[in-house]
Amino acid sequence: MRVLVTGASGLLGSEVARQLVRQGHDVVSFQRRSSGVEGVEDFRGSINDDAALRQAVNGVEGIIHLAAKVSITGRATEFDAVNVEGTRRLLHLARAAGVRDVVYVSSPSVAHSGAAIMGAGAEKADPRHARGDYARTKAEAELLALAANGADFRVAAVRPHIVWGPGDTQLVERVLARASHSRLPLLDSGAALIDTTYVDNAASAIVAALHRMEHVHGRAVVVSNGEPRPIGELLSGICAAGGVAPPSWSVPGGLARAAGAVVERVWTWAGREEEPPMTRFLAEQLSTAHWFDQRATRELLNWTPAVSLDEGLARLREYYGGEFRSGGRSLPVSMLHAAGQSRAERPSRRKR
Amino acid sequence: MVAATWPGVDPAWSRTIRVRSTSKVDAPGAMRRWHLLDNGAELTRRGLTPIGTLLCVHGNPTWSYLWRTLLSAGADTAHPWRVVAVDQLDMGYSERTGTFRRLADRINDLGDLTDALGLEGPVVTVGHDWGGVISTGWALEHPQLLTGVVLTNTAVHHPADTPIPPALRLALHPAVHRWGTTTSDAFLRVTHSLANPPLPADVGRAFMAPYRGAGRRAGVGNFVADIPADTTHPSYPTLNQVAEGLRGLKVPALMLWGPKDPIFSDRYLKDLIGRLPHADVHRFEGAGHLVAEDRDIAAPVYDWLAVHGTDISGGDSRYAVANGRQMPEEPAEEDRAAFRPLWDSLTELAAGPVMGEIAVAEMATDGSVSRSLSWQQLDQRILDLVEGLREAGVGRGSRVSLMVPPGSDLTVALYACLKLGAVVVVADAGLGTKGMSRAVKGATADFLIGIDKALAAAAVLGWPGRRISVQDLPTARRRILGVETSLAALTKSGANSGAKRAEDKHVEIVDPDAPSAVLFTSGSTGPAKGVLYTHRQLAAMRDTVAATFGIGAGARLVAGFAPFALLGPALGAVSVTPAMDVTAPRTLTAKTLAEAVNAIDATVVFASPAALRNVVATRDDLSGALREALENVEMLLSAGAPVPESLLAEVQQLMPQASLHTPYGMTEALPVTDISFEEIQAAGADAAAGTVLGAGNGVCVGMPVHGTRLAIVPLAADGTASGEHRGTEAGVTGEILVSAPHVKEAYDKLWLTQRQSAGLSGWHRTGDVGHFDAVGRLWVEGRLAHVVTAPGNAVTPVGAEQCIEQLDAVRIAAIAGVGPSGTQAVVAVVETVPPVSKAGPAAPQLAGRVRRAASEAGVDVSAVLVVPAQPTDIRHNAKIDRTRLARWASRVLAGGRPGKP
Repeated sequence: MRVLVTGASGLLGSEVARQLVRQGHDVVSFQRRSSGVEGVEDFRGSINDDAALRQAVNGVEGIIHLAAKVSITGRATEFDAVNVEGTRRLLHLARAAGVRDVVYVSSPSVAHSGAAIMGAGAEKADPRHARGDYARTKAEAELLALAANGADFRVAAVRPHIVWGPGDTQLVERVLARASHSRLPLLDSGAALIDTTYVDNAASAIVAALHRMEHVHGRAVVVSNGEPRPIGELLSGICAAGGVAPPSWSVPGGLARAAGAVVERVWTWAGREEEPPMTRFLAEQLSTAHWFDQRATRELLNWTPAVSLDEGLARLREYYGGEFRSGGRSLPVSMLHAAGQSRAERPSRRKR
Repeated sequence: MVAATWPGVDPAWSRTIRVRSTSKVDAPGAMRRWHLLDNGAELTRRGLTPIGTLLCVHGNPTWSYLWRTLLSAGADTAHPWRVVAVDQLDMGYSERTGTFRRLADRINDLGDLTDALGLEGPVVTVGHDWGGVISTGWALEHPQLLTGVVLTNTAVHHPADTPIPPALRLALHPAVHRWGTTTSDAFLRVTHSLANPPLPADVGRAFMAPYRGAGRRAGVGNFVADIPADTTHPSYPTLNQVAEGLRGLKVPALMLWGPKDPIFSDRYLKDLIGRLPHADVHRFEGAGHLVAEDRDIAAPVYDWLAVHGTDISGGDSRYAVANGRQMPEEPAEEDRAAFRPLWDSLTELAAGPVMGEIAVAEMATDGSVSRSLSWQQLDQRILDLVEGLREAGVGRGSRVSLMVPPGSDLTVALYACLKLGAVVVVADAGLGTKGMSRAVKGATADFLIGIDKALAAAAVLGWPGRRISVQDLPTARRRILGVETSLAALTKSGANSGAKRAEDKHVEIVDPDAPSAVLFTSGSTGPAKGVLYTHRQLAAMRDTVAATFGIGAGARLVAGFAPFALLGPALGAVSVTPAMDVTAPRTLTAKTLAEAVNAIDATVVFASPAALRNVVATRDDLSGALREALENVEMLLSAGAPVPESLLAEVQQLMPQASLHTPYGMTEALPVTDISFEEIQAAGADAAAGTVLGAGNGVCVGMPVHGTRLAIVPLAADGTASGEHRGTEAGVTGEILVSAPHVKEAYDKLWLTQRQSAGLSGWHRTGDVGHFDAVGRLWVEGRLAHVVTAPGNAVTPVGAEQCIEQLDAVRIAAIAGVGPSGTQAVVAVVETVPPVSKAGPAAPQLAGRVRRAASEAGVDVSAVLVVPAQPTDIRHNAKIDRTRLARWASRVLAGGRPGKP
């Protein structure tokens, strides 16, 4: 079938496109940049550009919608424009063009407010309690998308939790960069249990959703490896794969959260652009549990993760060859498919 | 009155009715307005014909709201019961009459109401607090309607010679009474505060709602003032009439009790049981006065109604349930005529050729025998004490708490009590002070026979029972401890009076099926439970031990393990108690053990695994002669917890002639299976070779002992074992069932627990999980309560723990689950060698090794945590409290501070 993948230039989007091509589908993509995936016909443009989007949607049976504003720069209105309005526009055009199926790629952060999550299912998205503009706008868009679901126009939401893999700039390289500068602390004892999703698994789950629309349409599912690990062990594994010394110092979580909030504010006020040493968001991420009930997901999608955590780490090791170099550049604070960002993390608007 | 604001109440239940009063307190023809919660209309609307009516009567200062869970459950199609919960006059939302209604009025009031309602049978009364008395008063006056009574935290009688509970005394004090009960809402608040856990705010508000304003609380004050604190009180005769009337009540009775009640404590429960001995009783450990709020009482009440079937429904058998679902294939009971009392061998030996030889001995710390009694002396002592105890008031059914360490004093006291038909209560220090105190209070002993330490604890902790010391105590000490007499004094006086009636040697014959003993579980899964044995079952335990291990007359045994310390004389075996604190197994050393063996040329040694560990650790202290004594031991029995093979190997070096056995069993059935050291090694080899189906994944405990049958109820993915049993089919993991003549009679005052454990008729559910192998050996995989429900499969702990314990760095491992049932993450908690100083996540390297080890047992471990020491039970110092570990792990892995498990 002809499938449109929006946002196919990212880590996850490109893997989704690659898997679809491998399955023999006719794959087109839509985003600003080139997807870089062999066998994919790229349409380039902005999600707010009706004409460009209409072209990409034309003749398509299924859409996998990954395009979203994920950077930390920008105002709330920009998140709204891309994530909410862009999704609204895409749904509208897709329906008009006779598209049958849409998989909206979402994030578990749409339903959670920062507290520990232990074995929860996919709760309903809740924009009011989501933390930060990213999670809020993803939540609004997911509600929109699922509300559009019907018998002739089927919509499902897939929420991969903390996607990582070789070349991932969002979690892996950020951890490695911080660790290589000894700026990655463990909070409390580093025992918070965290589940993650190896990129190939997240992609195969999304593709599986497209094939299982009959069962999954109208619903949201959280996707993960189903292998929760204490955060300390996880970070050590990533560091080992990158040949960087693992975090060795520990800060009480409550103190870090409080300090993080102060640092964020001061940093923003001072107009600094590089990543602050500790943010409240990071503190929450590293000190509270995030893992999910995968039973319904696996049954609905008829899917199991093909790459285990250990196998994923081995591939990471292979990719870096034991030598990670951050080049001293600062990486953005955005664990995008994690539990959301705090409002205070938006950098200063002063520089405009 | 806004019924919509009462959480848990369907507003349609709320109704008022005007009733003509015939009570003396009212003028003739007076009409009274009652408020009720009544689900009758709901049943009609739903087309359900009720089996009968539950007439629920609240106490002071609650109202019909207390019974809301019974009302909603009554509309269930599986058991439709009409539930009428009344607000007594001057209470709840019923009329404020301006009168002072006494107990007799209130009982009559209730009759007026049921007449007005036209209530037909069958009726089961349900009462709480003073509503218990009033509902029972009604019950006695309406025998034609009554088919059952349910009582929750109430009392019908208070002995004239003891003061009423302090809390009531305070409420009745003239300086406090009016202010505390009527002027202010203090009495209401205090009562509501008794809930465990605290009442939700909206429920608390609903309880308070009808009593806002002093004008609405006159009834609360009058109720308190109507409590007959002494025999001169105007309501005393009525109360006494109800109390005595209860004795004649033959309908099924259920008592649901919250023991943490400052007013209606266990002694009132005991009084009620005395009046209604056939009652089914359940004490909810940890619940208090408002037991209907603290625990779900609806499910047990309806379950109980169904169990009593047509007795209660009056011939309506539609909803009766069987007490069990499966009959065992062959009756497990032995020939009932063959009952031989526990002391039979003892009596025989005392009259036979060995009468002058040693029967029991105690070792002193210097290695000499400090005390001993011949068979004849032992028998005579027992007979003398029987007489003495009888004179002191101990009789058939009396509960006697024995707090005496193993030795001749305990042996004499135990057999004397059993011969009298008294029920011995054996709560050992292995439960810990708190657990022991809870156990002793729950068992409500009439007498407490104890050493000085126990009597001192009893005085401080308020344990029940008239006090009897072991030795005569100085007067001052006696007074402090409240001791009435001593075993020494009773034996002496018994000897005198016994001599007088020497001809009448015929001690009364005990009923083999009457209760004889209450023992306690070690409490590794929740509070310790009292386990009731009949004489027949105790005798069966003796016979099982005799037949399985070939121990009988002529055997000489060292009793280093409490439960077996008492069986020696019953087996006809000479027994010696080593110089150790039997409740602290680690006090047994190689030297004290060898000295005890040496003293009687012992052939058999009983010792707990913890004691054996210490014996091995201290083996270098043995001199040549003592070493030789151990070398002649023929058999060693160690039970209570799994015994590691490595430990057995070391014990074997000390006792090369001995056959080492590690029987498996539980307080409810001991022993259940047996296995020898050689058999353990063979089983291990089979497991390693993988040639025998089902060998491996667990601790092999061997084959069922003499007269015992076992079966397995398969474990479901949700961690329950609720289906039919599959016999001993190899490789099927599930809950282990036991059927044997020596299985317990019941749990003491734990009707629900007993019902659950005996739910499969003829079987005892052990709460252990395991499986059989193709050779018929049982492999234990842990406790049902400790099963982890990982996605898609239930994980039993022991198999993975054994694999992890193979690692050099690990001393003891425990598997626990965190997260919601059905999708739990598996956590391995390990105690390392050397131990860590602070609990927390394991270093990544160790975590990886532990994870790989567990995966050999097919278990995926999410997190590995290390602890300085595993939390174990006190009695065996071996059973890991995995429930507690799971709670702790859950906190840590959510991101909390590790602290201590």
